[in-house]
Amino acid sequence: MSEHSHPTPGLYVVILLALVVGTCLTWGIAFVDLGKWNPVVALTIAVIKAVLVVLFFMHVHYSSKLTKVTISAGVFWLMIMITMSLSDYLTRTFLPQ
Amino acid sequence: MSTSQTTTTDHHPALAHQFDSMEQQQEASTFGMWVFLLTELMMFGGLFTAYLIYRLKYYPAFVAGSTSISVSWGFANTLVLIASSFTMAMTVWAAQNGKRKTQVWLLLATMVLGTAFLGVKAKEYYDKWDECHIPGHVIGKGFNAWGGCSATDKSLGNIAEEIRDPKAHGNPNVTEVSAEQTAKRTEIFFSFYFAMTGLHAFHMVIGLGLLAWLTLRARSGEFGPAYYTPIELGGLYWHFVDIVWIFLFPLLYLISRHQHGV
Repeated sequence: MSEHSHPTPGLYVVILLALVVGTCLTWGIAFVDLGKWNPVVALTIAVIKAVLVVLFFMHVHYSSKLTKVTISAGVFWLMIMITMSLSDYLTRTFLPQ
Repeated sequence: MSTSQTTTTDHHPALAHQFDSMEQQQEASTFGMWVFLLTELMMFGGLFTAYLIYRLKYYPAFVAGSTSISVSWGFANTLVLIASSFTMAMTVWAAQNGKRKTQVWLLLATMVLGTAFLGVKAKEYYDKWDECHIPGHVIGKGFNAWGGCSATDKSLGNIAEEIRDPKAHGNPNVTEVSAEQTAKRTEIFFSFYFAMTGLHAFHMVIGLGLLAWLTLRARSGEFGPAYYTPIELGGLYWHFVDIVWIFLFPLLYLISRHQHGV
């Protein structure tokens, strides 16, 4: 159970600023040529932003272990779906490009 | 469990009788909401997976499609949605602290920002309509009876023209045939664009409905420190929709932008 500790407006403002900075970074870096690293950097920033939203705006940081484990399992299953689907399709070299 | 319940008459009016306490009720509700959101995650995840497969297969077409949508509007909309998530999070805080008027104002602010997002999205969709980028060559402002586009310089035919130009895409090996093919494959990009942003916008519309309902309940003073679960769950839904957009923005708008500018 939560220990009745709730995030404060101050923390929400900090998270908001971090999300705005992250958005500006993604936007700015998109115009810099990093070769193959452009999508990697963009997705890394997106993951960090999503984790901030989940932990603080969605209060998962303050929620029960059951909730945390369930969410982790869901995300893990999503990763299985993406990884195994991509490893299938991207190795079908006999298909026309 | 049931034997420990001695005073059932003076409990909180929002406590359903299958729960021992308000804390247990909120815990169960939050858990249930998360299970629902994980099914949503799988639904959007399927679209994201399909998008990634085609993006890796048809990369030049996806670059051509992606660079035809406005990164400035996408960027602005990301900020709008993040701001709406902030006001939503603050609503939960206001409810936890029993601030009735603040809750109502913050909910209204969230709805204004959500509506602004949908307005920008409508403007972006209209641009695609104008540029004959709706997949299928059936509907669009500039389409004539023979399926040609007379509207703008961004039509699929002109995307093919641009792909043929070696300077534009930096690939001297593009042949006449592959340019046409690539232009056709941009339709796949736009199919994903409309399916993913459309499903996201649909969730926003549902979210706005939920917020309107929560605003009425908050106005009547239903929520306070002891009971604010509906606000909390509405917030979870709203933030989830925000997270989907956090991934849609870089994936749809920011492919190979450094070569093509705003």
